[in-house]
Amino acid sequence: MKVLVCVKQVAVLGDEVEFTEDERDVDPDYLDFALNEWDTYATEEALRIIEGAGSGEVVVVSVGDEDSEDALRRCLAMGADRGIRVEAEGRLDPIQVARALAEVVRAESPDLVFAGVQSSDSVQAATGGALAGLLELPSAAVVTKIELGDGKATVHRELEGGLVDVVEVDTPALLTIQTGINEPRYATLRAIKQAEQQEIDVRSPGDLGEPAYVMRKMFVPQKGEGAEMLDGSPAVVAQRIKEIVGERLT
Amino acid sequence: MSVLVVAEHLRGQTRPITLELISAAQELEGPTTVAVIAKDPGALADQVGVTGVDEIVTVAVEQEEFENDVYREAVEQLIGDRSPAVTLVGFTVNSMGFAPALAAKLGLGFASDVFGLSRDGSDLIAERSFYGSKVSAEIEFPGHDQVLLMIRPTSWPPAEGAGSASRSELSATISGSRARHTEFQEVEAGDVDITTADFLLSVGRGVGEKENLGQFDDLAQKMGATLSVSRPLVDQGWMPNSRQVGQSGKTVKPKVYLALGISGAVQHLAGMKTSGTIIAVNTDPEAAIFSVAHYGAVTDLFEVAEELDKLYA
Ligand SMILES: Cc1cc2nc3c(=O)[nH]c(=O)nc-3n(C[C@H](O)[C@H](O)[C@H](O)COP(=O)(O)OP(=O)(O)OC[C@H]3O[C@@H](n4cnc5c(N)ncnc54)[C@H](O)[C@@H]3O)c2cc1C
Ligand SMILES: Nc1ncnc2c1ncn2[C@@H]1O[C@H](COP(=O)(O)O)[C@@H](O)[C@H]1O
Repeated sequence: MKVLVCVKQVAVLGDEVEFTEDERDVDPDYLDFALNEWDTYATEEALRIIEGAGSGEVVVVSVGDEDSEDALRRCLAMGADRGIRVEAEGRLDPIQVARALAEVVRAESPDLVFAGVQSSDSVQAATGGALAGLLELPSAAVVTKIELGDGKATVHRELEGGLVDVVEVDTPALLTIQTGINEPRYATLRAIKQAEQQEIDVRSPGDLGEPAYVMRKMFVPQKGEGAEMLDGSPAVVAQRIKEIVGERLT
Repeated sequence: MSVLVVAEHLRGQTRPITLELISAAQELEGPTTVAVIAKDPGALADQVGVTGVDEIVTVAVEQEEFENDVYREAVEQLIGDRSPAVTLVGFTVNSMGFAPALAAKLGLGFASDVFGLSRDGSDLIAERSFYGSKVSAEIEFPGHDQVLLMIRPTSWPPAEGAGSASRSELSATISGSRARHTEFQEVEAGDVDITTADFLLSVGRGVGEKENLGQFDDLAQKMGATLSVSRPLVDQGWMPNSRQVGQSGKTVKPKVYLALGISGAVQHLAGMKTSGTIIAVNTDPEAAIFSVAHYGAVTDLFEVAEELDKLYA
């Protein structure tokens, strides 16, 4: 049993933002980085499947620059067996990322491929689906439960409003994993230290093709109709909230 | 620009996103074709014959409910047959499977979670967010004659008014469905119905730990509010799903929605942005929740909660 998990090092924007000269992206000085929340659930699910099967391998793959190895190492510290990074610089669209991932999946031929439902920075919910399309794999999006059977899996897909769509998927398949499917384990300090020493297999991508879209400009969105900001001490803010609530509820 | 809208339906009803997609299509000045892919598409087609639709094309398939391969193959054949400049689908759970797959396979221009459309001469421009909804961006699709866009729900009003669309059929070859719908399972009803409350005190990941929740439950009672939460608190098993506000939880419209420590992710906003009065408390001045709030305070939620506790004692 081999499960391949696609993981992304996501950018987290703090309280302030500045753009690059060409206004096509955020100045990287204003960004922090972390393993995408959805991908911790996907990695956990892969680990549980391998543990349940008694043997096998969890391979984590990320497309990005050297910094994205941090995301891979987080997963290695959780217990993943191997990390692969496909070298890439700059902003890629989800289809380009999928093209880079597809080469690795073809070379690894896993029994299952997992992606997160979405990345918290780009909110595309597209890379997993695009990868399934390129590989012509059966797939199911937004999965909250997996039961493996013989040559197929029964999965729960969570639709709008929480309605569950129970789907029978032929395997090998690609599933996009939703938060809440499990409780991701914490890596021990020792495991984190060990993961730092682990070798990451770095590969160069083939042709990633034409971009699916091109950035024109980025900007800070206008704030609604203008929220009235409540200034002052917490006591003053609380007093105003009480007044507003009182007015609106009568 | 010619537009193909892919209708969505569930259990015999057209989903609201379909009429929103028809409104979005009007920005591109058409002609607009709406495709209905279903076992019995006739009745559903009647539900989308609104003003602005030029043609309704029905595709009869064996499957009653959405299945990923069926939609992927049917929409591929629709695009092949009609060559639309732009194909619009919802940024919905169902479309998340087949739409990116198709865009990747056909090499289409593509973007998801699009909430704005415009044109610069003959070029299509789409608007979407980056960096967790904190930054907006205009994107374009040079070199692509055909573009597939996934549209954010509730970004356009539903199209309405009786239309005069022509009807046609397309017979699609579906080679097989490798992910088959077997049944639906309903969400369990909870102890309280947050959709009927006039006043929701809604808390998010900003509350930090499970141990802190009791304090907000008490506060809600004192204030005469019902406690609701964002998804991460349900994911961690702190609260039942019936208390969750948002796309995969409940859509609420209370008179007052007081949000403490909620960032305002698109899937959360989808469930509460039409509330009467929205008050948001968040330490991050750039939090997206402020874009829908009527009142905002950039401050620590625990300090405000403590003061509210005293005021409502
Ligand atoms: C298919 C799908 C469906 C989804 N459905 C839903 C849904 O129905 N409902 C939902 O909520 N989400 C849903 N999500 C998840 C959504 O994308 C976000 O991950 C989620 O809404 C984030 O919740 P949050 O705002 O509580 O947490 P975060 O985004 O982590 O935000 C926490 C906020 O608290 C603030 N904060 C921290 N400490 C303090 C403090 N001391 N005082 C004041 N502020 C503080 C921070 O500045 C931050 O803005 C869905 C996602 C997907 C992919
Ligand atoms: N650069 C990347 N490297 C590896 N996997 C990625 C990358 N970008 C996105 N993914 C995967 O695709 C999922 C959805 O991301 P997105 O389509 O960007 O919303 C993520 O949870 C990851 O599993």
